Amino acid sequence: MAEKKRLRRAMMFVPGNNPGMIRDCHIYGSDSVMFDLEDSVSIMEKDAARFLVYQALHDLKYGKKELVVRINDLNSGLGLKDLEAIVKAGVHVVRLPKTDSAQDVIDCEREIARIEAENNIPVGTTLMMAAIESANGVLNAREIAHASDRLIGIALGAEDYVTDLKTTRSDGIELLFARCMILNAARSAGIDALDTVYSDVNNEEGFIAEATLIKKLGFDGKSVINPRQIEPLHKVFMPSEKDLNKARAVMGAYEEAMAKGSGVVALNGKMIDKPVVIRAQRLLELAELSEVREVEEI
Amino acid sequence: MKLVQKGMAGTMESSDIMVTVEPKEDGGISLDLTSSVMQQFGRQIEAVIRETLANLGVENAAVTAVDKGALDCTVKARTNCAAYRAAASEDYKWEAK
Repeated sequence: MAEKKRLRRAMMFVPGNNPGMIRDCHIYGSDSVMFDLEDSVSIMEKDAARFLVYQALHDLKYGKKELVVRINDLNSGLGLKDLEAIVKAGVHVVRLPKTDSAQDVIDCEREIARIEAENNIPVGTTLMMAAIESANGVLNAREIAHASDRLIGIALGAEDYVTDLKTTRSDGIELLFARCMILNAARSAGIDALDTVYSDVNNEEGFIAEATLIKKLGFDGKSVINPRQIEPLHKVFMPSEKDLNKARAVMGAYEEAMAKGSGVVALNGKMIDKPVVIRAQRLLELAELSEVREVEEI
Repeated sequence: MKLVQKGMAGTMESSDIMVTVEPKEDGGISLDLTSSVMQQFGRQIEAVIRETLANLGVENAAVTAVDKGALDCTVKARTNCAAYRAAASEDYKWEAK
């Protein structure tokens, strides 16, 4: 079932024309799987991948996994064909690639709403996320993030973006502005901020460094391209026991103060401000959701 | 659905099936199936291919399928794709779940 608010630490790309990976992708523990009809599928096999992903969504049971499909660009003439198939198959989230403006989101939403209405699917069932992959898109991030109630988040697509900037991917400095724009735009709209892929699957150290950076910035999660990247990413997002104990103490002090009718919260002689309480609450929620997800996977 | 040319879909990779559909004047559906799991699932794969073609209204066709352990949903997807390619048609009939 499509849920707007949920845990999205690892969102794993699955090539849309690979039956073996489509069959097995849900066993690796990612929070979401993203069937790809775009870059991983050659132009000659677009129809074959569409049939395969449609049939998998239609027939297979993926438990509580979030099911996302990255469609082709609507301007390519392929994106609309993708939507016709996958919306009817019950996809949870449509990932719109190459989103340059709010109008791109609005155009995609209009088509989704039409397909839902024509097929007795309650209008609004299908959620969306927008991938921002250009300088224009980054500069329009706020408008994009606010363009539709269906949006669960906005994501950075770094490979196209760095090409647009006339640079290449290096230590991450080239993505700092885009990441900050996307993060602030997402928070302004109350939706998730989702980071780009780390392509070198053999460099676990580099992957963990990037994951740690985006978590520090405030991102909710990241696209992954290999099951090996899921566990390290989830570890980065799992709060430490020390942080959890501190958060529990903050919440305990807060609840005690509320029970006494006191407006001032204090812990170990220090005053606790409201943002500290909010952060503690979020941390405990994240830990709880992560633990629930681990149990579901078992 | 009227077939006008040879249509193929799928690969020889594990978990996939390669389906070839060719036009035939009459005589119904002829099916030449080979599978790595023929003993266990041969009948089931054949039934899925025949049912998928029947749903498309294909009455006469020469079908060749080389299965490498595909699930039913993959057999359906590849058969549908091969048939649409053989019909040179993009008038897909997606069913709402």
